[in-house]
Amino acid sequence: MSARPEALRAAARADLDRLRARYPAQFRTDWTARVRLAAGLGLLVGLAALGYWRLDFSVARILNGLGRLGSFAVLMLPPSPEGQFWIFLHALGETLGIAFLGTLTAAILAFPVAFLAARNVVPNPFARFAVRRGLDVMRSVDVLIWALIWINVVGLGPFAGALAIACSDFGAFGKLFSEAIETCDRRPGEGVVASGGSSLHRIRFGLIPGVLPVLASQVLYFFESNTRSATIIGIVGAGGIGQYLTELIRVLELKQVAFLVLMILVTVAAIDWVSTRLRRAIIGPAAR
Amino acid sequence: MANARGLTPLPPERQADLSGLYAAATAATRRRTLAGLAIVAVLTLLAGFAAEVRPLVFAENIGKFTAYIYEILPPIGLDHPIADVRAWYWGLPRWLALLGETLLMAYLGTLLGGLAGFALSFVAAANLVRSRWLRIGAKRLLEVCRTVPEVVFALIFVIAFGLGPMVGVLAIAIHTTGALGKLFSEVVENIDMRPVEGLSASGATWVQTVRFAVLPQVLSNFASYALLRFEINVRGAGVMGFVGAGGIGQEFLVAIRNFYYADVSAILVLIILTVFCIDLATERLRHRLIGPESHR
Repeated sequence: MSARPEALRAAARADLDRLRARYPAQFRTDWTARVRLAAGLGLLVGLAALGYWRLDFSVARILNGLGRLGSFAVLMLPPSPEGQFWIFLHALGETLGIAFLGTLTAAILAFPVAFLAARNVVPNPFARFAVRRGLDVMRSVDVLIWALIWINVVGLGPFAGALAIACSDFGAFGKLFSEAIETCDRRPGEGVVASGGSSLHRIRFGLIPGVLPVLASQVLYFFESNTRSATIIGIVGAGGIGQYLTELIRVLELKQVAFLVLMILVTVAAIDWVSTRLRRAIIGPAAR
Repeated sequence: MANARGLTPLPPERQADLSGLYAAATAATRRRTLAGLAIVAVLTLLAGFAAEVRPLVFAENIGKFTAYIYEILPPIGLDHPIADVRAWYWGLPRWLALLGETLLMAYLGTLLGGLAGFALSFVAAANLVRSRWLRIGAKRLLEVCRTVPEVVFALIFVIAFGLGPMVGVLAIAIHTTGALGKLFSEVVENIDMRPVEGLSASGATWVQTVRFAVLPQVLSNFASYALLRFEINVRGAGVMGFVGAGGIGQEFLVAIRNFYYADVSAILVLIILTVFCIDLATERLRHRLIGPESHR
């Protein structure tokens, strides 16, 4: 940039040996750290190579596929509903309904359970452990698997999708809510107990007012991400826009596929915007 | 209670005053809560209508749910439990191989997506890139990668690349690029800018600045987010098989569609156990990575 840094650097270069002698600690090579780094990187690369070999990757296949993807991209233009706009819009409404109902049901069900999983409400470690592991099981089953199970119960359609989202979110909410409750300020609760409140009073007046905004913001965030999951739930037949998406991709109606994807992008962006606004209003401008 | 402790009660007019003030103070909050509840109720009705909720069908068929759970319970008797477990897990070697494939898919997808997200995050960070258009372009690209669900990518890729786990890896990698790129760029935007200023003042290039001023600050956070994503991707890779993109999902779909009840529970238990173990392991690792910093 300017002449000075260059001059400084040249001076340092010329004087390198004396600098080395003066600050040996700065110039010493840390071999343990290097070996550890090399081992870590070796492990990463080795696993990647194993994956490459086991999962039949091949450059030829990727190149071929990329060529085909290129022609798909051309086929996608211009995106158009080809007369099915109202059907798509209806499916999108269904998707939003699924996401909303699933999130709301999960939140309402998880709310009381989260208190059972929080350390500062239920001191008994065994009860807490049981509740937490139960929530973990619900959480570790994917939405699509839940959808398959619920389809067996209530039949094909969006209702099964809403139940599936409710089930998998129930576990996630239980965990997040209980963490929020545990990190809540304990002083209001102590105040309530000190002025003669029972432990239920403590929860109602000491804990809930503090955690409710946090929980509401988490619910909003999940509604947003559930809109995305609700778009794929139709792949197994549980309603929403995913059903059309799957069928249209299978028959390569790519213009309509592109239109559907655009619809989803716009909807998710709109919900993102609204929920960011709402979150700010709920938890104040300071928190993000 | 106040009387019992010998306190004198307030004179009635003061008490009426105070409770009037209290009611006035809480009325506004209460009105707002009621309005909020009403909005939620209306939205619920609308959503219920859109999602074709039929409470009657639900009430009729909820018995089926318990029956289904009962049905998929493994047929283990008390007479020879070990032999029963063996029969339940008749396909164990095959399922384990498929589970291994699923884990590898998640790993490779996370690695590839993480690398791409890593590269893009520096371009998308507002404090490192002056060019507005470059930044906005990177951000939009990440957004598209993130918003389109990985299963949709998988559906398209299956047609382009053919069936198999490679497709699953690519789909996971693209979605991971979007998700991690966003998180990474937020981390980069929150760094301490003084080292960056120091390096650019001493004439370092952009790449050198990123390497010596930014990277040391963000690497542990990046690793922690990548591990979290790996956890999520293990779940995602489990269902990739539903669309023919490899992993254990295909086997599970076949079992559930053909009503091989014992297989459903066997595979489900395997998946849950795997996810559990991965969760625990990554949580340990993450605590070790960000532990010393968060306790500052």
